[in-house]
Amino acid sequence: MKEVFVHLDRCQGCRSCQLACAVAHSQSRNLFLAVSETPAPRYRLYIERGDGLSVPLTCRHCDPAPCLEACIAGALYRDERGAVRRREEACVGCWTCLMVCPYGVVGREKERKVAVKCDRCPDLDLPACVTACPTGALVYAEAEDFGADIRRDAAGVVGRAVMSPEGVG
Amino acid sequence: MEKSMDSASKAMLKLAESQDLATIWDRYAAQTPQCGFGELGLCCRNCLQGPCRIDPFGEGATHGACGATADTIVARNLVRAIAAGCAAHSGHAKHLAHTLLKSAQGQAPDYPIRDEGKLKALAARLGLDTEGLEVAEIARQVAEVALADFSEKETPVAWAATNVTQGRVETFVKLDVVPTGIDASISEIMHRTHYGVDADPVNLLLGGVKCALADFAGCAMGSDLADVLFGTPQPVVSRANLGVLNPEAVNIGLHGHSPILSDLIAQVAHDLDDAAKAAGAAAGINLVGLCCTGNEVLMRHGIPMATHSVSQELAIATGALDAMVVDYQCIMPSLGTLAECFHTKLITTMPIAKIPGAVHIEFHEDKAGQAAREIIRLGIEAFKKRDPQKVHIPDQQSTLMAGFSTEAIVGALSAVNEDDPLKPLIDAIVAGNILGVCLFAGCNNVRIPQDENFLIMAKALAKENVLLLATGCGAGAFARHGLLTSEATEAYAGEGLKATLTAIGQAVGLPGPLPLVLHMGSCVDNARPVQVAVAVANKLSVDLDKLPVVASAPEATTEKAISIGTYAVAAGLPTHVGVIPPVMGSQLVAKVLTEDIKGLLGGYFIVDTDPVTSAEKLLSAIRERRAGLGL
Repeated sequence: MKEVFVHLDRCQGCRSCQLACAVAHSQSRNLFLAVSETPAPRYRLYIERGDGLSVPLTCRHCDPAPCLEACIAGALYRDERGAVRRREEACVGCWTCLMVCPYGVVGREKERKVAVKCDRCPDLDLPACVTACPTGALVYAEAEDFGADIRRDAAGVVGRAVMSPEGVG
Repeated sequence: MEKSMDSASKAMLKLAESQDLATIWDRYAAQTPQCGFGELGLCCRNCLQGPCRIDPFGEGATHGACGATADTIVARNLVRAIAAGCAAHSGHAKHLAHTLLKSAQGQAPDYPIRDEGKLKALAARLGLDTEGLEVAEIARQVAEVALADFSEKETPVAWAATNVTQGRVETFVKLDVVPTGIDASISEIMHRTHYGVDADPVNLLLGGVKCALADFAGCAMGSDLADVLFGTPQPVVSRANLGVLNPEAVNIGLHGHSPILSDLIAQVAHDLDDAAKAAGAAAGINLVGLCCTGNEVLMRHGIPMATHSVSQELAIATGALDAMVVDYQCIMPSLGTLAECFHTKLITTMPIAKIPGAVHIEFHEDKAGQAAREIIRLGIEAFKKRDPQKVHIPDQQSTLMAGFSTEAIVGALSAVNEDDPLKPLIDAIVAGNILGVCLFAGCNNVRIPQDENFLIMAKALAKENVLLLATGCGAGAFARHGLLTSEATEAYAGEGLKATLTAIGQAVGLPGPLPLVLHMGSCVDNARPVQVAVAVANKLSVDLDKLPVVASAPEATTEKAISIGTYAVAAGLPTHVGVIPPVMGSQLVAKVLTEDIKGLLGGYFIVDTDPVTSAEKLLSAIRERRAGLGL
């Protein structure tokens, strides 16, 4: 199952992912039209500053998911891709999901007083945030592949250190 | 999406792809998706506390760190673009003014006054008393007035004030947008958009209008002084598209915007034909134009045009271009890298425009002819290294007629009515044979299949009897597709337009009608069509904003296009832009530009990316104007 992963050293804090997310969840799906829509399209991921680092925070679609477990109205469910999603008509805006989310990545649509969260773009091959990221900080990959990439990079670092003339051994 | 509607460009793009040559289309693809804050105009980088961005969806930041709103930021960014456009056009004009002064002072022997009649008419328009003066002295005085127009004065910029109707002057005075110095207007924009100066979006936009009028002055000056120094264009027949490159010749491309060096090269090139032949080029020297330098030498020397705007790299990719000589503006930095893949010598010539990978031959007016010859010799040397295996010249070329300066148009109309040249044009408009006039200007834009908007809109308007004028790379688009011909008039013009263009064509002794689109020059020449419109307005005793005249930049790219569009609006024209400018982050700014400004200036922007509905909107704007005149 693919997830949205973050290369934490790559985010420049440009917020392109947020705009793309809002546009992907707008009625028109067009930036220039979306800016004047009501209700205002909401984005579902966040960029926070963590000790000087720009950190994209996305829904991890945890399993088991605290939000899903805690939803008193039964508005949250897990779809066939494993994404935790919300049934709009069932949400009562109690924010229990937000209180239990360890990342705080449940937002609020003011006009209709319902929770909004990442649905991992069910209609798109690639989530809009990943497509929009200009530095490749956001990737859509299987956990195994993401881990393999990191290991390959790490092996490269070790290899270069060992094989260099001044290196170990 | 198609990259281009032009078959020569398409053929070259296929070749470029097979050879892994990166073009603007590849680099653009690597840039997408582009930053939404930038697209909406909502990013401010004017101070070191930024960049600040406004959240267009209202959830995040609603103000920059300083407190600037979306409206302030969008307006500031837009007027800075106008200032940049004005700086480019007027820098070009200032260069010509310095050249004219050197010519008058005997310091530039290669630059005699070639159009004394235009010089004297210009002096008279500027209010100079030239009775009994030598030509050189008149030229000196005109150059002094031109140079004085750049700094802050107590009086309006002469080239703006003397080129519009009295009604426009009154409107500009009322709105307090009269520029009193071209460079002063640019610097005022930079001042008022600096940290903590002008925060009122409407006040900022009016500042932009003032700077756009300074740009209009720079454009008008650029055309006037180029005509004085190099001759006023008259109708000329030539060819366009990459097929004009000759495998048997030393092919030298003239690219950029200025006639100052390129005209000299055009004058001396054939002196070196024998040297080219000695190097093995049986056909001698073959000069070809690109972008607006190409338009300048087309208009005055009939030099064929290779290509324009987004397809400029493809001229080098033919492997048959031996040298590309560039001056300033719209020269892609990528040419330096691309030329290194071929034998082509990229030659920069201006101290303010150097490109890594290019040979720099700095150009000075006092030794212009010498520099021109040195450049051609470099082309001949490069020719010797041309690799025939790499030569792929597409067949496509179209014939064209260009050279329709204001004077040439009035001249053609004089052949119909010598005593009252404007009467045939006005009669045709009144009778409805000409429904209205549309000026097509501006660039190609990599976001749009090259030439598509130009072609669809021009054909739609011509069918409804709209007289079409074109400048800059827009004129190049029409040239490539054969729309600057009598045949295009026969094929696409409505009956009334066809009859009018045929009557004028016959009167001037052409075998057929005038071309469907009249090529009026480079992008700096956009003041020429305004001059025609001013003459018509004055004759009818109405202001410009009442005439059935519209403008369109359907594939606009540059900051120059933004300032031209703004002065077209200030001149009272409904002005279409086929690309969404970075203003949509502010509903207030977008509304002012497309609606409210109509009440102030008569002109307004029409933003539409669909060429079919864009043409419909321009037609209804023309019909609204006709109704206003009781037509």
